[in-house]
Amino acid sequence: MPKKRDKKIDKKHQLSRRSFLKGVGSGAVTAAVIPSSIAAIKAKETISFQETGVEKEVVNLIINGRTYNVEVEAREILADTLRKRLNLTGTKIICGQGACGACTVLVDGIPIYSCITLTMDVNNRDITTIEGLASDGKLHPVQEAFIEKDGMQCGFCTSGQIMSAVALLKNNPNPALEEVKLGMSGNLCRCGAYPKIFESVLAAAEKGRR
Amino acid sequence: MTRGFKIPKRVTTEIDFEGEVIKIDAEVPEQEPEPIPEDKKLNIIGKKVPRINGEEIVTGKAKYAFDINLPGMLYGKVLRSPHPHANILNIDMSKAEKHPGVRAVINLNKKNVRYVGEEIAAVAAVNEEIAEEALDLIEVEYEKLPFVVNINRAMEPGAPRVSPDGNISKPRTRERGNIEDGFKEADVVLERTYKTQVEVHNCAEVHGSVAKWDGEKVTVWDTTQATHGVRRSLAKTLQLPESNVRVINHYMGGGFGSKLGLNVHTVAAVNLSKIAGAPVKIMLTRKEESYCVGNRPGTIQTLKGGAKKDGTITAFHYKSHNNGGVGSGGSNASPIWDMYQCPNCLIEESSVYTNTDASRPMRAPGYPQGTFSVDLFLDELAENLGMDPLELRRKNYTTKNRGGTGTPYSSKGLDKCYELGAQRIGWNRRNKKPGEGKGPIKRGIGMASEIWGGSGGPGTQLDFRLITDGVVEIRCGTQDIGTGTYTIIAQVAAEELGIDIKDIKVMIGDSDYPRSGSSGGSNTAASVCPAIRAAAADIKGKLFAIAGPLLGENPEELDVGESKIFVRNNKSKSISFKEACKQITEGMLTSNETRGPNPKGYAFSTFGAHFSEVEVNTLTGKVKVIRHVAAHESGRSINILTSENQIQGGTVQGLSYAFFEQRIMDEQTGKMINSNYYDYKTPTAMDTPQIEPIIIDSVDPVLNNLGMKGLGEPPRIPSHAAMANAIYNAIGVWIRELPITPDKVLAALEERKEG
Repeated sequence: MPKKRDKKIDKKHQLSRRSFLKGVGSGAVTAAVIPSSIAAIKAKETISFQETGVEKEVVNLIINGRTYNVEVEAREILADTLRKRLNLTGTKIICGQGACGACTVLVDGIPIYSCITLTMDVNNRDITTIEGLASDGKLHPVQEAFIEKDGMQCGFCTSGQIMSAVALLKNNPNPALEEVKLGMSGNLCRCGAYPKIFESVLAAAEKGRR
Repeated sequence: MTRGFKIPKRVTTEIDFEGEVIKIDAEVPEQEPEPIPEDKKLNIIGKKVPRINGEEIVTGKAKYAFDINLPGMLYGKVLRSPHPHANILNIDMSKAEKHPGVRAVINLNKKNVRYVGEEIAAVAAVNEEIAEEALDLIEVEYEKLPFVVNINRAMEPGAPRVSPDGNISKPRTRERGNIEDGFKEADVVLERTYKTQVEVHNCAEVHGSVAKWDGEKVTVWDTTQATHGVRRSLAKTLQLPESNVRVINHYMGGGFGSKLGLNVHTVAAVNLSKIAGAPVKIMLTRKEESYCVGNRPGTIQTLKGGAKKDGTITAFHYKSHNNGGVGSGGSNASPIWDMYQCPNCLIEESSVYTNTDASRPMRAPGYPQGTFSVDLFLDELAENLGMDPLELRRKNYTTKNRGGTGTPYSSKGLDKCYELGAQRIGWNRRNKKPGEGKGPIKRGIGMASEIWGGSGGPGTQLDFRLITDGVVEIRCGTQDIGTGTYTIIAQVAAEELGIDIKDIKVMIGDSDYPRSGSSGGSNTAASVCPAIRAAAADIKGKLFAIAGPLLGENPEELDVGESKIFVRNNKSKSISFKEACKQITEGMLTSNETRGPNPKGYAFSTFGAHFSEVEVNTLTGKVKVIRHVAAHESGRSINILTSENQIQGGTVQGLSYAFFEQRIMDEQTGKMINSNYYDYKTPTAMDTPQIEPIIIDSVDPVLNNLGMKGLGEPPRIPSHAAMANAIYNAIGVWIRELPITPDKVLAALEERKEG
């Protein structure tokens, strides 16, 4: 059943719905019914993530070195904040239950699953996403290695694989194959590109040694 | 020509598409480039070339349909049946329509639903949560009907009827020779039953679509393997002019066959968007992805076969029942029908209908199932004959399809796969007596063969441009489903023009580009690449017409290489490619040249052999694959790097099929109970063994101007069978049912002890 929500917002929705029905009735379908004014995002990357009307709070997110003040809902997961509010769509969601690792981002350098992390819980924390790995137009060595060794197929899990690999190599710059496998075991790849992912991580380690 | 135009040649070509033969009727050129000689030194084709779009992927810039965020975009959800079988007596959508934040609701006007997850209605709202709430507010009055989800129960007399014609379809049969005569000739006759599970595609990127109307035109970002196919089907379904429909698919997060057709949710997104007057995005949930958009049919297969003492196979009689859900169970029989020499063969295959989601093609549909039966059967036959399993396969080797009774293959490198694969794994290390290893942890080695289509064919259209700055732009309505299509297109163009791959811009995955086929049947590479080469060669001729006068030479005498145009007999006389491009007075050279048909008189197939070494813990029943060698012959490989990746990935999926995956249905409720990534098991990094790809160095002499065949599906076909045969070699007990979980291993060991 629907949850309770702010009356003011409800009213807006009601109005919108009526104009929608009116539009249908007259056979004229227009785009005028979208209440874009209710999108309340303070960051400049405003896009179309619209509100349920539940209470929101402003959080301070430091993402890829840049500070964002974003109004988020209490129930909001970090992956949605990144993808829908800030249009940082490089972070993917596959399982939505912390089983596959596609949504891996770094929080204070530690890999976490952003699909089971509440955005409010990372207030004032330092977040790195796939979009923040390259610096000054130069790819991170792990990114380079994934291209060189073809550590991808469809590419949908690749962001998460790379974020996990970055964290793994930070903790263990010189991993053996078995350590790579263990370190990467929280990231599923449905295409089964694992062998090339292992090669990529080992090649990135090699780059780090050079 | 007298009337001022010419009538082009059109040819109808038959190709294998996902295990079915389809006809392609297409315009073909009068002539096309000569095949590249096998011994010609190439610079880019056949090398390990990293993906040209790799940077977009590793930086997160690649946009999948899942990533499309449009201003004012609404989120759509689909109401699905919670019941496996029911009549719909009434639907009341009024509460949903009035729900704040809801912008459109549509009724799909279903009178009857036949599986849990069947679509009933759809809503669009300002966010996903409100859309979910609206689904709860749609009141549906169901009349529940008896149902059956289990293939065995569906075949019992008196089982609830899924189809009005009964639950078992009339067998599809194929026959040659006379099996009774064949069995009479045999010295050994065996009959065995093999079972395989239902596997779901579970694509990383769930199925989904974003629809946006602009006047009379609609643009759909779709997760699809068929950019042009979806456009055509959508136009037909909605009775729209095809030119008003555009489908975009720059990136797609795995399809494996489940994304070949038009989906109900796509049509719903388009309709909702029209009503709401705003873009609508419907991405399925992981649950929906698990039980609403296809699966690989589970099978019960019985194979009876006979052979003479020397190993000559005399007859096969194959019967199969395939769980098609509410759709077709498909066919598994081709590996039995084609792979090994066998003059007498009878195939009988039936679909069994159950109240589950209709099956869809899944990476080499039917072949992994059929290979599981025939390749385990051959190993058992070999043991009964006192022969080495590989020797038995060599004994029944054939260079014609239909088990040696049909058409000659244009090329077949399976013998090389056997030779190199056996060498690499150390075939002679296998247990002479299965299960002879000492101690509780036993090792074994096994192998299996692969056959598949993958010929490709004509019908790819493209727009090839060479700009004055020396940059090539290729627009083609094919798509890259993760196999590396962007890159192989660029490789072929760069090779033909003798320029750097960085100067090739590849634009695909958009129905605004010229038409190309669906990515199925491992046909994309061998359809598209020869077409690209034909257009590149055409452009080369056009550039020579400009460069000839500049060099004071006959354009016929020119050649390209190392970013130069030079005189064939005097390499020092040259002009740089870019310099010549500057002289293109029109601003660009263009070509729509394409490839020709496949030649007549041949059968086209791809081949492979996998060899696996496993370790079985006889105390726990757990199997570990230690090492896996995968040898494949698919004609010329365009890109060794992505070819290896396909081979390894296919093997990992085979490992998954062998040991992990299975859809589990609750017979009381008709629901899938493991419809999530935790409970639907697939391998992790830790389960992945060393997988060694071997790409047989070969060029098909006749098939197309590059001598290439497809490779997408072949690696998925034999790996699980090789692993199962290796388990037998390790423990001396057959496990004829997938997935091979520890309980089955222990039960089999126990049975032998008791037996």
